[in-house]
Amino acid sequence: MSVDATNARILSVEGLSARYGHVEALRQVNLHVGRGELVAVLGPNGAGKSTLMKAIMGLVPTQGRVTFRGADVPRRDPAAAAALGIVLVPEGRGVFAPMTVAENLELGAYLISDKRELARRHERVLTLFPRLKERLAQTAGSLSGGEQQMLAVGRALMSEPKILLLDEPSLGLAPRVVDEILQKLGDLNRAGLSIILVEQKAPLVLKLAHRAYLLSLGAIAAEVDPATIKSHDELAHYYLG
Amino acid sequence: MNSRITIWADFLANPAALALWALTAAFIGYVFFAGGYLVTVLQFALIYTVLVTGLNVFMGFTGQVSFGHNAFAAIGGYSSAVLTATYGWEPLPAGLVGLCGSLAVAFLIGYPVLRLRGHYLAMATLAVGLIVYEIAVQWDAVTHGYMGISGIAPIGIGPWSVTSDRGVLAVLLVVSAFALLSAAGIRRSRIGRAFLAAAGSEDAARALGIDVARYKLLAFMISAAYASIAGSLFVHAVGFVSPEVFGLAMVVLAFTMLYVGGLGTVAGPAFGAIIISMLPESFRAFKDYQDLAYGAALIAILMYAPRGLASLPELWSKFRRRAA
Repeated sequence: MSVDATNARILSVEGLSARYGHVEALRQVNLHVGRGELVAVLGPNGAGKSTLMKAIMGLVPTQGRVTFRGADVPRRDPAAAAALGIVLVPEGRGVFAPMTVAENLELGAYLISDKRELARRHERVLTLFPRLKERLAQTAGSLSGGEQQMLAVGRALMSEPKILLLDEPSLGLAPRVVDEILQKLGDLNRAGLSIILVEQKAPLVLKLAHRAYLLSLGAIAAEVDPATIKSHDELAHYYLG
Repeated sequence: MNSRITIWADFLANPAALALWALTAAFIGYVFFAGGYLVTVLQFALIYTVLVTGLNVFMGFTGQVSFGHNAFAAIGGYSSAVLTATYGWEPLPAGLVGLCGSLAVAFLIGYPVLRLRGHYLAMATLAVGLIVYEIAVQWDAVTHGYMGISGIAPIGIGPWSVTSDRGVLAVLLVVSAFALLSAAGIRRSRIGRAFLAAAGSEDAARALGIDVARYKLLAFMISAAYASIAGSLFVHAVGFVSPEVFGLAMVVLAFTMLYVGGLGTVAGPAFGAIIISMLPESFRAFKDYQDLAYGAALIAILMYAPRGLASLPELWSKFRRRAA
């Protein structure tokens, strides 16, 4: 492997394993994300997709190694991972329901205390998601599902991450809303943001992704080039073996 | 689960909110001028407002559970009692010693205990309350055990001391108002947002870089400080202290006030403390059935305003929207 190719990798995961009690949720997972790449992680329910995202972030105990921009990502210290520029938009969005949209956004940039910088980021996120602008004083709990997902993504962007981990952003949303959110993610990616996108609904993300990993029973079953997947049948073949 | 926190901000625009505040103000005004036994009841309610406000920071804002805040009230109360009555200290430095003691104990206990979640945390805090109670009973040389300590100096600074019932009431009004305003300040601050984030979803908060364990500890210490101040106020207002004052009954009462007032709201602790202190008095005419009437009233409140009295304005605006 050439030096250039190594440098172009922003995130590498090597031999990452995680277990809940006696259940092995992740088994020796290896994957990498290039700078500016959008990588999809696909797989059926219970394949370990959410665990993988939490494991990268350091939210669950793991074995193995995660490196980000050449430095080791500390295990079991999500605050340190966030400070490095890795941010997770959790499954089910995790917006703080009793707080206003503005407060939720502010929490996204929790490590930033400079008011001018905060205002600049706030403006940037609201330009990306104008719908949130009309809802700033409303509580997050009163937003629609799609708006909550936008808020969750916007909140994550407030920290100006170097890589965004998204866990099933389409969960429980109407197809039209999913399209809108995926389109925004595509825009962000084209603007240079590296993204790992976890999805059950593969066809949605294969159009956006540069590469895709198929996760099955906690292990990487295959790495695929989205362009080569022509039909559902082909994907089903990967899923079902 | 929406705007339970923004209630405070919406208050002025809402007739139910205005009514709630107007009634509270009118009641306080009435008691102040009418005097008599009700003054004592209201003093008690205002002291509890401080305690419950603290509990609310830990339970309402940060979403944790503590059955042990009587421990901090006891540390504050006994420090004030022993240092003023036995050693002749001024109330203010005595109370500050209690405050520092409570903060130190909250730190030492909170550091290991706050790693526990839910029921385990509740059990651990319950144990803390029981331990401090036992110490108050057994450490005879200092606390005089069940006999308690009497002759505690009234609230005051230097040569000025407040001895009249109305004077004490005025001081307590100022202190409890300050407690509520400071809680509102905490709620709106960066720290308060971190508390609410920890309450909302620990994982989501941690994924944003918020050190949840640290903020839980901070919330525990802040709430211990309120409890300690309430304990000190209590012994000065009553002039006497014994272990029973800070027993489990205090925990039950504080919980009732918090839930009836409105968990997680800023003004809830004040409404809860005043209503819960007044209810038994209002049902005096029922004689033997007083407790029954009190229980029925509690159930009625929690049935029709399940998120507490402070959520009434919100219920009102929902009702209006449905009617419109």
